[in-house]
Order: sequence, then structure tokens, then C-alpha cells
Amino acid sequence: MSVLRLTRATLMKDLRMEWRSKDAINSMLFFALLVVVIFSFAFNPTAEESRLIAGGLIWVAFLFAAVVALNQTWARELRNQVLDAYRVSPAPPNALFLAKALGNFLFVVVLECLMAPLFVIFYELRSVGPLWQLIVVALLGTWALVVNGTFFAALSIRTRSREIMLPLILFPISIPALLGMVDATTSILTGEASPDFWIKMLAVYDIVFTAICLLLFETVLNAE
Amino acid sequence: MKKLAITSIVLIVALLGITSYFALAVAPTEATMGDVQRIFYYHVSSGWVGMLCFFVNFVASIVYLWKRSAASDALAEASAEVGVVFCGVLLLLGTLWAKPVWGIWWTWDARLTTTLVLWLIYVSYLVLRRFSAGGQTQVLAAAFAIFGFADVPIVYMSIRWFRTQHPSPVIGGGAGSGMAPAIWHVFLLTLVAFTILGAVFVWLRYKLATQEQALESAHAQAALKGVA
Repeated sequence: MSVLRLTRATLMKDLRMEWRSKDAINSMLFFALLVVVIFSFAFNPTAEESRLIAGGLIWVAFLFAAVVALNQTWARELRNQVLDAYRVSPAPPNALFLAKALGNFLFVVVLECLMAPLFVIFYELRSVGPLWQLIVVALLGTWALVVNGTFFAALSIRTRSREIMLPLILFPISIPALLGMVDATTSILTGEASPDFWIKMLAVYDIVFTAICLLLFETVLNAE
Repeated sequence: MKKLAITSIVLIVALLGITSYFALAVAPTEATMGDVQRIFYYHVSSGWVGMLCFFVNFVASIVYLWKRSAASDALAEASAEVGVVFCGVLLLLGTLWAKPVWGIWWTWDARLTTTLVLWLIYVSYLVLRRFSAGGQTQVLAAAFAIFGFADVPIVYMSIRWFRTQHPSPVIGGGAGSGMAPAIWHVFLLTLVAFTILGAVFVWLRYKLATQEQALESAHAQAALKGVA
């Protein structure tokens, strides 16, 4: 089977399971909602202030929420030894990785679409800069978090105390991506600076780490 | 091992003694900063050794993924641990220097922040090593090391986009940079001494790691025999 068909099959399977259970999306949504409410209490910002801090707030909420979904990525494949079966099959490992990463990407994008109105309501957000740039930043940034997150979830599932391990290894590596997302979002919302540098930086980050993930996933899958 | 340990301790004490004598007593007092400048010798040398260790860790990790030799894994572990220690010393001495000279302990400037993020990445590397189970540790750690090393230039580039407060490069930093010959000689001496010091630490930790590996496989063999 070709990589593309295999990726599609695995992705559709994950999407169907998610559609029926809604485990990942529900827990992410509720978690993000909690973060939004808690931040609002903690900082109590005015509309003017919230435009300045919203970039950080939005992405920290999504980063924390994404970890919830990422942690579940491989858990269901461990049951019934699905990963072991995958290892002995001739299927290319990168197809599995791409399917998982795309699945997580779609979950987080759906979360972002559902959460965006809430941010507007709770923080009286209004963008001064062009809105389409925000969409570019969101797509590039989400992929940056999710591609490394999916890979590191495959690492952390092999460790003791799995759920705690993922943020500990994911957050330090994601610092430049987070910085790029936050600063680009803030400069678009305030309309005071150009986000061009950050968009380019996020694109470079995405390309570099997608390449490394695809290069190393087979090694990690077969680690014994 | 005992002989090795004694030799190493003597060597470490001698190296630290010589560098301290030169950096604290022989080197001239700097014109504008005064005695505080003497931190510079230790600060830059520790930074150099730390970065060198992280580079060794990166190379050893690639070699491990390629050849799967236990020795390269032991070297990767040793260099990461020593690197974290020296990088920690670098950060600590930096704050000690910054307080009297800049008036603040810490600032989120490009080089400081990059170094801190670098330190965080390698701490998480060590956490991953500590928490992963059995025979998978080496592969997982080696894969993570490649991510960590690839992240460094991106971190530096992105954080540089903010602003820079760190003194501009003293060596080869253009007009107005450079050091007085006396300071330069002492600096070179500490740099060489610290490099040897770092190598001794890595070597000791490497020996320890190989013994740990030997112990682990001996346990595994004994367990197998017990079952049979």
C-alpha cells in the first residue's frame, strides 16, 4: 500500500473513532475553557489590556489543551498491541506518524475555531491588523505544536509516568514556536508591527521539525 | 577505578588552583568594571565547555543511532550531564556579574534567554533519560538530542528578534572590541584549563556510565540464568 493511502486509512479511522467518542475534543474544549476563565480571574484585564496579552493567553490555553489530546494519541494503539502489529507489518511507519499528526492537527484546529468566539466574548477582542494573517499564524503555529507533540507523545508513552513526561519534553523545544505565535498574534491584534518575520520563522520551524520527525519516527517506533 | 579517581581529583584541584591564581591574582584589574570583571574568565570558559559538551552529546547521539554502540550512548549521557552543570555555572556566574555591572540580576536578552532555553532543553533530556524504561532509553534519548540541537539556532534567531543587552562579542566583535594582552593571556589559560577540566569530568562520568551498563547487563544475565 502506498504511504498516501495508508495515511488516509489511519486518519479516517482516528477521525471516525473521535467522531463517535468525542473524547479528545471534549476534554480539550473543557480544559481550554477553564484556562480562559481562570486567566480572566487572575489578570482581570480591560479591553485595551486584553488586546496586548491576548496573544499569550490564547496560545498558552491552546498549548495546554493540545497536550490533553496529544497524550491520548498513542494510548489507544497500545491496547491490543496495535503498535506491535504495526511494527511487524510492512506498512511504512511514516504513514502512521503523518496520520496521527494530521489527526491531532485537525482536532486542535477544530478546538481553535470553537474557542475563538469565546475569546471575543470574554476579552472583547477586536483585531486592528488584517485577520487573514491570524489564520496563517494559527495554521503554522498549530502544526508546529502538533508535529513535535505527536512525536514526543510516542517518546513519552515508552516512559514511566507517561502523562507528566510529555509537557516536560515538549515545552522546552516548543519555546521558539510559542514565542513566534504569541508575538505574531499580538502584533496582528494591536496592528502595531508586522508579523512577517514570525510567519517566516514558524514556516522554517515547521519544515525543520517535520523533516526530523519523519527521519526519526521509524527508529523510535522500533526502539526496544 | 580508584587510581583513576585519585589522579582525576589531583588534576581537578591543580587545574582549579592554577586558574584561580591567575584569574584572581595575576590578571590586572579591569579599568571600568574593577574586580567584578574577573568573573569573565570563569563565565566564558564554563560557557565554552558547556556548549562543547552539548555538541559532543549531539555527535554521540547521531553515532548511537547509526552504530548502536553502547560506548557512544555512555558518552552522550556523560556529556549532557557535564554540559548541564557547566551551563548552569555559566548562568549563575552571569547573574552574579550582571547585578553590580547592569544593576539587575537577569534580563530577557537574546543570549541570556537562549542559554536558559538551551539549559532547559538539556535538563528535559536528562529527565527523559531518567524516566524512560529499560532498553529503550538510549534510542529515545538520542532522538530527543537531535531535536534539542536542531532547536538551538531557531531559538537564538527568534529571541534575537527582541533586543540585546548582553555585551557585544569581545573577541572579533569589530571596532572597540578586544582585550589587553595580559587579560587575553589569562583568559586563554583559563579556557584551556576549563576545557581539560570538562574533559576530565566527561571522562569520569563516561567510565561510570559504562560500569552502570555492565552492571545492568550482568543483572539481566543473572535473571535469565535464574529463570532457566
